[in-house]
Amino acid sequence: MGYDLNMKVWRGDESGGELTDYVVPVEEGEVVLDALHRLQATQAGDLAVRWNCKAGKCGSCSAEINGKPRLTCMTRLSVFEPGETVTVTPLRTFPVIRDLVTDVSYNYEKAKKVPPLSPEPRQADGTYRMQQEDVERGQEFRKCIECFLCQSVCHVIRDHEDNKEAFSGPRLFLRYAELEMHPLETKDHREAAKAEAGVGLCNITKCCTEVCPESIKITDNAIIPVKERVVDRSYDPLVWLGSKIFRRSADD
Amino acid sequence: MTDPSTIERHSYDVLVVGAGGAGLRAAIAAHDAGAKVAIICKSLLGKAHTVMAEGGAAAAMGNVYSEDNWRVHFRDTMRGGKMLNHWRMAQLHAQEAPDRIHELEDWGALFDRTPDGLISQRDFGGHRYARLAHVGDRTGLELIRTLQQRAVALGIDVYMECTVTKLFQEGGRITGAFGYWRESGRFIVFEAPTVVLATGGIGKSYKVTSNSWEYTGDGHALALEAGASLVNMEFVQFHPTGMVWPPSVKGILVTESVRGDGGVLRNSEGRRFMFDYIPEFFKSETADNEAEADRWYDDKTNNRRPPELLPRDEVARAINAEVKAGRGSPHGGVFLDIASRRSAEYIQRRLPSMYHQFKELADVDITAEPMEVGPTCHYVMGGVAVDPDTEESTVTGLYAAGEVAGGMHGANRLGGNSLSDLLVFGRRAGIAAAAAATAAPSERVSISDDDVTAAADAALAPFERQGGENPYSVQQDLQDIMHRLVGIIRRADEMQQALSELEQLKERSAQLSVEGHRQYNPGWHLALDLHNMLRVSECIAKAALERTESRGGHTRDDYPATEDDWGTVNLHCVLDDDAVSVRRETLPEMPDELRELFEEK
Repeated sequence: MGYDLNMKVWRGDESGGELTDYVVPVEEGEVVLDALHRLQATQAGDLAVRWNCKAGKCGSCSAEINGKPRLTCMTRLSVFEPGETVTVTPLRTFPVIRDLVTDVSYNYEKAKKVPPLSPEPRQADGTYRMQQEDVERGQEFRKCIECFLCQSVCHVIRDHEDNKEAFSGPRLFLRYAELEMHPLETKDHREAAKAEAGVGLCNITKCCTEVCPESIKITDNAIIPVKERVVDRSYDPLVWLGSKIFRRSADD
Repeated sequence: MTDPSTIERHSYDVLVVGAGGAGLRAAIAAHDAGAKVAIICKSLLGKAHTVMAEGGAAAAMGNVYSEDNWRVHFRDTMRGGKMLNHWRMAQLHAQEAPDRIHELEDWGALFDRTPDGLISQRDFGGHRYARLAHVGDRTGLELIRTLQQRAVALGIDVYMECTVTKLFQEGGRITGAFGYWRESGRFIVFEAPTVVLATGGIGKSYKVTSNSWEYTGDGHALALEAGASLVNMEFVQFHPTGMVWPPSVKGILVTESVRGDGGVLRNSEGRRFMFDYIPEFFKSETADNEAEADRWYDDKTNNRRPPELLPRDEVARAINAEVKAGRGSPHGGVFLDIASRRSAEYIQRRLPSMYHQFKELADVDITAEPMEVGPTCHYVMGGVAVDPDTEESTVTGLYAAGEVAGGMHGANRLGGNSLSDLLVFGRRAGIAAAAAATAAPSERVSISDDDVTAAADAALAPFERQGGENPYSVQQDLQDIMHRLVGIIRRADEMQQALSELEQLKERSAQLSVEGHRQYNPGWHLALDLHNMLRVSECIAKAALERTESRGGHTRDDYPATEDDWGTVNLHCVLDDDAVSVRRETLPEMPDELRELFEEK
């Protein structure tokens, strides 16, 4: 049943820090977040950890566990070998605030740039009519719990801080894809996806898809279709000519 | 001593505390009404408890059953609340919910559809017709994301990971709020003539709960301390189906949609025991045999509802009784079975996140085997007493909407009525607060340095004490007391015991000390939250002791009957010399045209 788990947890802040060793008693069926909570309650009252729902639905408790970006509430201790040390470090792509808590404001800043939906008018009876199969594409993207694991693992920004200015990252590409495929949307968001979000910088290594706890096919179902649409617009000679002759603005 | 001149200050017309469904909807409404608005939230934006709502939002749109309308929804809501709801809130809610759902589509929400392209609606406990607009079993996520994106698109200021610890008042009016940034521990002062509380519930005061760390009754306590009253605090909803195994997930919600979509409850003998627990009050509308219950899913006109879809209080009590009688599952719950009743494809399509949750956390495949479930603390019906039309409390400038407000759900809330409650009353609160704030802009009172210094000193007190107890152990004891002594089944002697133990906890919590410094320090945050949890727990225990009957979410072992005399009485908790006192008030009387709805057969 219960046993003593060896853990290494990164403690520190923006000025630096180190892995600290702990031994935590744990029980059958527990997850990494349970171990962190017990650590907090019994040995390290000021250990900084973000969490909310503890059921994989809010995406708050993201961290790197043995080097892999994961939700700590959905990582069961039974996936590790008995006696294996579990190492928990903050998400690498974002600046550390304290211990396992990082500054994820980058994602919220990028979200401010996403255009709102501009839906067609409602039907005369005040409703919208959409078919289930048409809403399902967008619904897949809207499953996103904003854990930002995809953002953290995306090497365009993970290893290149200077790309952050021009690149919004996979979580935000889901938003552009959603707008592009929304059954009611009247506007064209390809220019925004290219110029504002920098979808062109993604070179589809699918790292984001691999870590998504909601199993959203980010690369195949969102990024690649958006890239294709952007390319169609940029390189279609008729569209290019039309845009020159009729001086269409970006959001036509 | 903190120098008040060094503290960051901001000025707004409307300050919304909380960024779940109610807070976001209030902020959007206040912004649209022309007010300068700020949202303050304890967590990151989009993480509030609304995200956990699964089944759907109840609204009588009549998309699946054209017989449905607001009167039927109103009647279901009042009956589900054992007639203790504020009739006007239940009426506004039923009337306005469809519009509030439709406008989410303007902002990008993608609900599941009917074959002719309208918003699909699903069955839930206590609702006569299929009425819940839904997105699989992640409706709350859809709702919060839609509102969050709308608020961001409107450019509303959001103060994330910021906690309010004190409301300021002058001459009986609200003048602003005091808080701290979780990240840095630095203080922040908001000057605002109106504050909308949208802080959610109190579930973290219980040991087994579906609620997150945020649910510490902050808004309840802030309102109480500002002089408002809390109504119906004895009514706490234990959701009948929480996970029971493994221990680390005990209490995590299993959506009612499992039953709405055909799942049934069985005991260790394989019996659908809910047929043994149909109360007189619901007999005429509940099937008394399995054949009729099973036919109801496809033909609601000629069959009555399965007893598994009785209101939550009834089902939670029944499960509790089965387990007590020794007919529970191996881990102390009962079996919730949908695997033997619906195809694997149907279950995965309708209940994707339940499938995922059980697979990942419990190694259970819900398409092949039954789940083990038991009651979990889920929702508080009680909250700030407000005017039904404006959501203003008895304190001028102080509003409340969503779970922190009381009255709407009476003694028991129907599933699906929470998400629509957030939208309907969030919007109303935002509109009313904006109107009040912008009506007399010249009257603004500034907040005194003395008040700010006092608030700062109170927040820093846990750092001043050395060698005191750690807040986590006090919280654990509180959860244990409330669970054991003021839980799903209550008795006078146990509640008296709880009240005396709560007094001891108050003394212990006044002596807490925390380690470390002010930067992102969960121990410190908990020490401050504990104050609120203790206040709210005292309200629950005192009101529960006072109500000598059983009704809805309040079940007394020593007073098992529902008494007509109590059916016209609301209990209000107020603060008197730093102690909670309870007073009785007569329930507002329903107008005749609504009363008639309950006389029809």
